[in-house]
Amino acid sequence: MSQLGGPLDTGDLIAGRAGLRPRRSRRRIPPKEAVRSSLIALVSSVVVLGGLAVVVTSSPNWPDVQHAFFDGEIFAYSLPKVVEAFGTNVALFLIAEVLILVLGLVLAVLRGLPGPVFFPLRLLATVFVDFFRAVPGLLVIALLGFGIPGLGLAGVPNDTFFWAVVALTLVYSAYVSEVYRAGIESIHWSQEAAARSLGLSRLQALRYVIVPQAVRRVIPPLLNDFIGLQKDTVLVSTLGVVEIFRESSIIKAAKFNFTPYLAVALVFVVITIPMARLVDWLVARERSGRAAAG
Amino acid sequence: MTGPVIAPDPGSRPGPALAIEGLHKSFGDLEVLKGIDLELARHEVVCLIGASGSGKSTLLRCVNLLEPVDAGRIVVEGDEITAKGVDVNRIRRRIGIVFQAFNLFPHMSVLDNVTLAPRKVLGLAPPEATARATELLERIGLADKRADYPDRLSGGQQQRVAIARALAMQPDILLLDEITSALDPELVAEVLAVIRELAATGMTMLIATHEMGFARDVASRVGFLHGGRILEIAPPAEMFAAPREARTQQFLQRVIDAGRL
Repeated sequence: MSQLGGPLDTGDLIAGRAGLRPRRSRRRIPPKEAVRSSLIALVSSVVVLGGLAVVVTSSPNWPDVQHAFFDGEIFAYSLPKVVEAFGTNVALFLIAEVLILVLGLVLAVLRGLPGPVFFPLRLLATVFVDFFRAVPGLLVIALLGFGIPGLGLAGVPNDTFFWAVVALTLVYSAYVSEVYRAGIESIHWSQEAAARSLGLSRLQALRYVIVPQAVRRVIPPLLNDFIGLQKDTVLVSTLGVVEIFRESSIIKAAKFNFTPYLAVALVFVVITIPMARLVDWLVARERSGRAAAG
Repeated sequence: MTGPVIAPDPGSRPGPALAIEGLHKSFGDLEVLKGIDLELARHEVVCLIGASGSGKSTLLRCVNLLEPVDAGRIVVEGDEITAKGVDVNRIRRRIGIVFQAFNLFPHMSVLDNVTLAPRKVLGLAPPEATARATELLERIGLADKRADYPDRLSGGQQQRVAIARALAMQPDILLLDEITSALDPELVAEVLAVIRELAATGMTMLIATHEMGFARDVASRVGFLHGGRILEIAPPAEMFAAPREARTQQFLQRVIDAGRL
């Protein structure tokens, strides 16, 4: 941390001038004190985690639990299989994320349209957002995934993967549209005034001036929603799509052992934690950027 | 300033560049403009002075149709812009406005700030828009900043870019809304110099300002706004040397006491 002292000094100055409360991560710590703090942190972590381990492993049924959840051999057997099945989850959320980014923005813009002419569109968008935020995602997945193919309509796909993507897109677009809307409303009205004063139409002002600034501002909360989406891809297992959770359940049933679930948890942790850190970093950068802009 | 005159000459069209008749504007119960009558001849520069809250900014925003008008007419080059069913976007192309807080687009470079409206509203090809913008940026002395983003510029530089952005639409009239009020004192002069040069090229301008020295130099007439009305309007020599109205005298006395004249 100490070699970063130089550039962080300016950050401190800017933050100080803007009257921001000091942030822990930006505080300068002398090297000696840093070593001491690290040692204390290490010791207290060892004590807490070690204590927890002792409590868990000394519980009366620990040997059974250890056998059912922490079987090294089964872990080694299931990890490559669940990683392979995770490809389905990745495909699910990558396709859904692209669709969500588009549909969420369309919904947010529709809800912001002014005047009585656009009332039906505003109403439709509002009902859509309210509905899909109210209904549990698992239900939407089940209703679409079992219901629509069940209709037996000609030309309508009955592929469960397809309906899984549709269901996740509908549910998460409702959330993401609210994030976009907050971003659009956070852009000061003077930006729209400036754009309109140059003769840009309302839609042009949105397209070239408001939305580009809003999107930049909401990237961190958007990524947050995407972390949620990535985890919710396991809900699709209810449709019988062989994704990571389904695969691990198959192994669990075959081996009478829960260890495959641990392998699944590990995969999600490995995928999600870097993304969470990325979000933190983006939030910090956005904050310091705004402080610098005054 | 060399180069062609920026203000387009509408040729032989008769009548004033801008005519405001009986303009009323309220925000809720608060009536901000209580009947404004004002005419600007072509190439005329009129400065509006008056205390904060006297309605200067509201008047300018009404002329740009950023605020809907409650009553009265605004006529630009013979076209009534307050008429029902007019294309607001088309009218705004002809009336530029520069704001107190610059309002540059922070996510765009200086060049993109200036070329956005010519490209998207006038449909200019990018090379043409860039050429027009570059010429304007050279005039305001910021051609070397064309690739920079607004947050890299001083307030004075940002405001000069905002002026260039408005001029890029080649408006008939330019409205300036206290454009130096948000600037540090040492940056005011560079912005006012640009406006002085613009006045010399014959740009028709309606200027709300607290800079009395500037108003005296650049205006053909100075209007004193008080309580939502233009209480007095006269050439600057007359206005500053011998104001008729008692309220104008009081206001100017306060300005003199504050050392701003």
